[in-house]
Amino acid sequence: MLQKIYDWIDDRVDITPIWRDIADHEVPEHVNPAHHFSAFVYCFGGLTFFVVVIQILSGMFLTMYYVPDIENAWKSVYYLQTQVAHGQIVRGMHHWGASVVIVMLLLHTLRVFFQGAYKKPRELNWMVGVLLFFVMLGLGFTGYLLPWDNKAYFATQVGLEIAEQVPFIGDYLKTLLAGSDHIVGAQTLTRFFAIHVFFLPGALFALLAVHFILIRRQGISGPL
Amino acid sequence: MSEKKQQVSRRQFLNYTLTGVGGFMAAGMLVPMLRMAVDPVLQPSTAGDYANVGLSVDDITDTPQRVDWKVDQVDGWYESKVSRSAWVFKDDKNEILALSPVCTHLGCVVSWEGSDNYPNEFFCPCHNGRYEKDGTNIPGTPPLAPLHVYDQKVENGILYLGDAKPR
Repeated sequence: MLQKIYDWIDDRVDITPIWRDIADHEVPEHVNPAHHFSAFVYCFGGLTFFVVVIQILSGMFLTMYYVPDIENAWKSVYYLQTQVAHGQIVRGMHHWGASVVIVMLLLHTLRVFFQGAYKKPRELNWMVGVLLFFVMLGLGFTGYLLPWDNKAYFATQVGLEIAEQVPFIGDYLKTLLAGSDHIVGAQTLTRFFAIHVFFLPGALFALLAVHFILIRRQGISGPL
Repeated sequence: MSEKKQQVSRRQFLNYTLTGVGGFMAAGMLVPMLRMAVDPVLQPSTAGDYANVGLSVDDITDTPQRVDWKVDQVDGWYESKVSRSAWVFKDDKNEILALSPVCTHLGCVVSWEGSDNYPNEFFCPCHNGRYEKDGTNIPGTPPLAPLHVYDQKVENGILYLGDAKPR
């Protein structure tokens, strides 16, 4: 049945070449942990992506309950955490995953760094990776405020004061982030929500696409 | 092509036209969005109003006393009352001084003679920050700047305070 559906589609739009381009390629021996166990270090990039997928999915489901409003944000998080079946698990995945993704990302970066895999011709992909790192930090920073509890509020206060230290544009940057020049409040929460849920994920998808296309174009760097 | 006077070819002309029209359309979409995003930066600051702190000038002594009051805060569509506080006293020149209690180190709240070990000073319990009576930070303690000073005015013998500003 599935084969028939596949054939029906393939007949009309010829998807096999697309599918081959994306998925059907050999994993070089030096990258395969089945051949050399130490090759597990090559898994860190993929694991980072795996955790990112978890973050995206759990985040999508969290927005079914979460409201970015200072009266209700904390209450909605409390509700989904205590009343909704498995809400605690989904929020737990998003909460812990946010830390795991940074850990994985750092391990992946260390592997690329110590193997010198960033060298010519892969410099561009290193730069894209660094941008991805910044996007991740931004996601972590903006997501931290969303539960609107004391820790979130004061962490953001500190974060905004750090942004304020940027030379020349610091004040504007802070206002642009917080939505107000002296209040961390209703407008800050909606802004951070928008950045966390729309702007940064958009940038993340675009950069991930470039990151992966470059890997396919250039291949994985050779053995040490 | 045959004529030498023809400096812009038909193809170039169409390219320019399309790019121009496309540019206008893109700008027409993006400008309102960006203007909306940067609106808070271009708003005049809402801070600066003076509030009655409920303290008669006659009651101000040369010993700092803590006054608490509420101000109306407008945060976009959300209006609320927020608490403010100050340490108010008359300095050596008999002028009223209203100091912000927010420690310039990491934002804790300082109190006048908050520690028995340091009389006649403001003391911050978080990291033992200390300030002279006039709000000057004492070297060797964590704060690197003096306490902020409230803008103030006196009307009908009542003290009004505005924003706390760094010196």
